[in-house]
Amino acid sequence: MLQEKLQDVFNEPGCSTNQAKSEKERKKGCSKALKPGAAAGGCAYDGAMIALQPIADAAHLVHGPIACLGNSWDNRGTKSSGSQLYRTGFTTDMSELDIIHGGEKKLYKAIKEIVQQYDPPAVFVYQTCVPAMIGDDIEAVCKFAAKKLGKPVIPVMAPGFVGSKNLGNKLAGETLLDHVIGTVEPEVTTPTDICIVGEYNLAGELWLVKPLLDEIGIRILSCISGDGRYNEVAQAHRARLTMVVCSQALVNVGRKMQERWGIPYFEGSFYGVSDMSDTLRTMARMLVERGADKAIIDRTEGVIAREESRVWRRLEPYKPRFDGKRVLLFTGGVKSWSMVTALEGAGLTIVGTSTKKSTKEDKERIKKMKGEEFHQWDDLKPRDIYKMLRDSEADIMMSGGRSQFIALKAKVPWLDLNQERHTPYAGYDGIVNLCEEIDKTLSNPIWRQVRLAAPWDLKPDAKPDARPVGA
Amino acid sequence: MGNIQRFPHSAKAASTNPLKMSQPLGAALAFLGVDRCMPLFHGSQGCTAFGLVLLVRHFREAIPLQTTAMDQVSTILGGYENLEQAVRTIHERNAPALIGVATTGVTETKGEDMSGQYSLFRQRNPALAGLKLVFANTPDFSGGFEDGFSAAVTGIVEEVVQPSETTMKGQINVLAGCHLSPGDVEELRDIIESFGLSPIFLPDLSLSMSGRQPDDFTATSLGGVTVDQIASMGASELTLVIGEHMRVAAAALELKTDVRSVFFDRLTGLEASDRLVRTLSELSGRPVPAKLRRQRETLVDGMLDGHFFYSRKRIAVALEPDLLYAVTSFLADMGAEVIAAVSPTQTAVLEKLKAATVMVGDHSDVETLARDADLIVSNSHGRQGAARIGVPLHRMGLPMFDRLGAGLKVHVGYRGTRELLFEIGNLFLSREMDHDEHGHAHGHRHGDGHEHGQHCGSGSCGCSAG
Ligand code: SF4
Repeated sequence: MLQEKLQDVFNEPGCSTNQAKSEKERKKGCSKALKPGAAAGGCAYDGAMIALQPIADAAHLVHGPIACLGNSWDNRGTKSSGSQLYRTGFTTDMSELDIIHGGEKKLYKAIKEIVQQYDPPAVFVYQTCVPAMIGDDIEAVCKFAAKKLGKPVIPVMAPGFVGSKNLGNKLAGETLLDHVIGTVEPEVTTPTDICIVGEYNLAGELWLVKPLLDEIGIRILSCISGDGRYNEVAQAHRARLTMVVCSQALVNVGRKMQERWGIPYFEGSFYGVSDMSDTLRTMARMLVERGADKAIIDRTEGVIAREESRVWRRLEPYKPRFDGKRVLLFTGGVKSWSMVTALEGAGLTIVGTSTKKSTKEDKERIKKMKGEEFHQWDDLKPRDIYKMLRDSEADIMMSGGRSQFIALKAKVPWLDLNQERHTPYAGYDGIVNLCEEIDKTLSNPIWRQVRLAAPWDLKPDAKPDARPVGA
Repeated sequence: MGNIQRFPHSAKAASTNPLKMSQPLGAALAFLGVDRCMPLFHGSQGCTAFGLVLLVRHFREAIPLQTTAMDQVSTILGGYENLEQAVRTIHERNAPALIGVATTGVTETKGEDMSGQYSLFRQRNPALAGLKLVFANTPDFSGGFEDGFSAAVTGIVEEVVQPSETTMKGQINVLAGCHLSPGDVEELRDIIESFGLSPIFLPDLSLSMSGRQPDDFTATSLGGVTVDQIASMGASELTLVIGEHMRVAAAALELKTDVRSVFFDRLTGLEASDRLVRTLSELSGRPVPAKLRRQRETLVDGMLDGHFFYSRKRIAVALEPDLLYAVTSFLADMGAEVIAAVSPTQTAVLEKLKAATVMVGDHSDVETLARDADLIVSNSHGRQGAARIGVPLHRMGLPMFDRLGAGLKVHVGYRGTRELLFEIGNLFLSREMDHDEHGHAHGHRHGDGHEHGQHCGSGSCGCSAG
């Protein structure tokens, strides 16, 4: 079963990287073999959890020993406007005895307890490595529990060892397609109902976008899965249009919704001014093509015109402050790309980026945009980044939280672009937030102080406030 | 105190908001206290990533940690190849002084024979004979953080320590349990050195995890006890063993070196600190330095000033076992009533706890037991439950991701005890003042009348529920 699913996911026609590969290459899957002793990153279970946990009113139960949940719960910044149940960490905490006797009974008991105590609309059950190895049939347990308890109990088959975080995202998407989407009918539908896929409402980002959609008259029927509610996700099949948020992680959901229910999808992004406007335009146009009132196009243009002029006006004050300032992007992802134009519009210079997770086309696109001398690194070692920063090749680094210390130890400003951050960067307001954060960081007086040499390291003839060389 | 309820049976199948952290993570922390070490998890990559993020969030430091990256195929066929490749790769890339391998649920379920793999590795890699390599068995599905820490320290003792014919005057070993923060270790070093003694801490987190500014980027741990120092532990006069979970390592050390050991179940509290100081004074033959005398005086004074606010306060504590013991004992010393002591795992030290209810449980158990408590003492994960029942939370232990300087908190010795006394005492004090200002009746229960987080979110009660 899981093997078939994996092949299916590896075969994703909606994924352009994948389509560029030969049949044989595709079989091998998209997760590169990891090098023992030189690998980093989360597992498939991690990825599945990232994709589904924002469904806030559901219970998320991790079947496995304490490692999978105990070290990781409560570590993401995804926000909910209502139920907080998703923030509760549930695990079967398998013990040695469970390994010997099998964990199915305990799992069933755990599901029952959760249903009785919290009465969630559904329970997601995550398979992890150890129960997969001992052969716990969690699909059967979930089926049984669903029948007994009269609630959807959904097995998420993404044990860590099958692959990377990204693969786990996709498997989560498959789970929704197999068990959730299409199981609930909405009370009302409108011609402007949309489904957003791959937006997790980190730091409340969706809330910077939603008011604009409201104003235009576009209704988010379901968001997979930011600020999500189980029943809304289950109604996604009645959307008129799907937007797949620009990462490749959940494109399988968009494509299969098109296959099954004839819902067209497009890939868009909420990051960056021009991408944001493009996204709104595409939404309006496609909805009109599907029969929505033409008036939304005008309303969309109105909103875009107003927001764009507002955002450029608001970015204006940053220009002189950002003049000559160079940014090193180190995100490993594509997300940053849609922000680049906006950042450059605000006067920053982007000196380079990692392209570890980018596709060939992405790289070509970047080359076209930025010219040949622009740095793109497939695999830049921490030591090399450290050296670059130390040698003042950039004034600020923007990356995920894990690499922050490379910058901070080099005494170079750093800004979080990933999941643990607290400031939303989506939409027009998000870009202003981002520039404000960059400005705050760059102009902080600590940088001068922390680069001062200790008094005992100063040469006898140097002035006490001399700046050290190379800082 | 009424009747003591020991280990009420928890019939729950689902652990809800776990307090427990897994063994390999504890092992990783121990390895991080060795200079130029690379901890390596023998398992799939996810476990490593989660562990790493947790430690990064707590210490706000770069954390070296590697994985043997077991995938589906190697999981079925066995992981020796991955292990060998990982060790070789790490050795080539980073040349660490020690590679500390911790198994995980994935490799333990398969039942891989680690001592067999160790011999096989040595046999097949004669060129790496000089490489220090520690293998610790740390399955995710049994024990917890403390056990992993203990297994790693024991492994290090067995692999690295050398017996010695001679004794170095004034050199002492300290087996420092994981309930000691880097700040605690630093404080202990200060105390010990003030008697003219030179301590070797195993592990020494104070040098690696308390905030370093390296001149160059390093992929391994930076600072900590060196392999050479560990090797010379056999020449010490005495070993101080701090914490119940260090007993196994202490036994291994004694067996190997014949250095006699003195055991301390805690170093928080006046009497506990007195015992340490007396031991050091006797060993060194020196009088107690003036600084420590002054510190003792101010602790006594602080206890007198502070006891008003502790008397009969009802407190729930949920921490790793040895820290749980240290904190509940200290609170009892101060006249507070520990209504519940919750531990993530079952260990011998729980038998000694002075608390109305002692149980092995999770944060949701704390939430149930602490409903009418005045305070909860636990890690940052306790904040959701504490906010729900409207009881302030004092953060201790690991992970503490929503406070700065988590690793540098000091709770040992006269000075550390005083610090803890004031931190908790101030929570009670400020609440009394707060309530007076609001015109509430004295002793009004927090959270009863007002929307939590609005009045106290700014931190007067320290909960800043979020
Ligand atoms: S790799 Fe496996 S055992 Fe490790 S966290 Fe992921 S699912 Fe759990």
